[in-house]
Amino acid sequence: MQASSVEISKVNKFYGPFHALKDVDLSIPPGKVTCLIGPSGSGKSTLLRCINFLEEYDSGEVRIDGKLMGYDAPGRKMSGKKLRQMRRGVGMVFQQFNLWPHMTALQNVAEGLIRVRGLPKSEAEARATDALRKVGLADKTGNHPARLSGGQQQRVAIARAIAMEPQLMLFDEPTSALDPELVGEVLNVMKTLASEGMTMVVVTHEMGFAAHVADQVAFMEKGELVAVDSPQGIFHAPKDERIWNFLRTYRERNAF
Amino acid sequence: MFSIPVFLESFQPLMWAAQYTLLISVLGILLGLVIGTLICAARLSGSRLLRGFGGLWVSFLRGVPLLVQLLVFYYALPVIGLDVAPTAAAVICVGVCASAYISEIWRGAIAALPRGQAEAARAIGMSPRDTWIRIILPQAFSMSLPALVNELILLVKASSLVSVVGILEITRASQAQAATTFRPLEVYIAAACIYLAINLCLAALGRYLEHRTAV
Repeated sequence: MQASSVEISKVNKFYGPFHALKDVDLSIPPGKVTCLIGPSGSGKSTLLRCINFLEEYDSGEVRIDGKLMGYDAPGRKMSGKKLRQMRRGVGMVFQQFNLWPHMTALQNVAEGLIRVRGLPKSEAEARATDALRKVGLADKTGNHPARLSGGQQQRVAIARAIAMEPQLMLFDEPTSALDPELVGEVLNVMKTLASEGMTMVVVTHEMGFAAHVADQVAFMEKGELVAVDSPQGIFHAPKDERIWNFLRTYRERNAF
Repeated sequence: MFSIPVFLESFQPLMWAAQYTLLISVLGILLGLVIGTLICAARLSGSRLLRGFGGLWVSFLRGVPLLVQLLVFYYALPVIGLDVAPTAAAVICVGVCASAYISEIWRGAIAALPRGQAEAARAIGMSPRDTWIRIILPQAFSMSLPALVNELILLVKASSLVSVVGILEITRASQAQAATTFRPLEVYIAAACIYLAINLCLAALGRYLEHRTAV
């Protein structure tokens, strides 16, 4: 599998007067899993969405395999066509799944192959079936999203992304909307993807996943990237008090 | 006394007139759908000029009674030298009026779609055109079906107003019938039955379509 790298440098994002991302620098190596953690409202999802330009950053650079994302030159946005071309290599999985409810699981996965990749319907459906088999849903191809559990829906959403053969996958809190007993099946699919050498950027509140699967963990707070380190470093030897406080709160909330 | 034979006899001329009621309502809503979709597109477009135009269109047509619109339109045409058949004038007027409401029905349905629906399409690189045709409009259509059926039923009833420009639809035909038979109660109850039958059919059709496009 080809895997992309991402270089984020000096990225700033404002919502009106609110400074959502402050000079963020982050290097995402190819074939590795990078987890973004931090309190809610810290800018992790915003940063993730800047990578595929669903969120337009105001200054700085996001480069995927060296290519500047979203802009032809600083301040000059790229054409829609060029942007779509770049997005093809980037898969995204959302917190709310965002499956299309009027289509079956198979149609959800095949749609992009037909409309974006221009494959004939039969080939698109064959590939969509393969992708669904990969996430363990070969028997649910004909179901509409309303007839699937949350965990199954999120796995369809992952299949929809991987069917496009991306070189980079973005996950925006993929398990936050799931009932606790359904989290595992989604994380397992993500672990498989990681083991195949996919570059993955994962915004998550699953500290266990971050600790065991991530190659590097980035901690954000109030729009700042506070630290990037190995999971060992972040979870067992945090160098910044803010990380320590965040983990203490997390442990207290999850203790019983 | 209520006379059953007079009541039954009233149906024949009224059923004939019902053709015009149906013709004007159905053509009116079809025209309204086409214009309403364009107006909705204008209101959602990036151009301030188009948005302004769409906004004015909706405000004016919703703000003036259909009866007044019909009269203005009907008497304005000869002034500008146009000779349009009353039926055509009525269809245009009803369609234009319906377009204002239909564009708002569309706009509401589109606004009600979660943002993530279009975002998921953008994220895989789908073009805006495909996103509209494949993702947004099919969902907006099934969401707005109940409101569209409602609008069609309102139109069938509003079509009684076109009698003022001389079209012999159900209401005008029943007025004529009442005047010749001197039995207004029987005639108007027959007219009410026909309106009711038409609208019950439309409601059933709507339920069928809703069922078919249910998501």
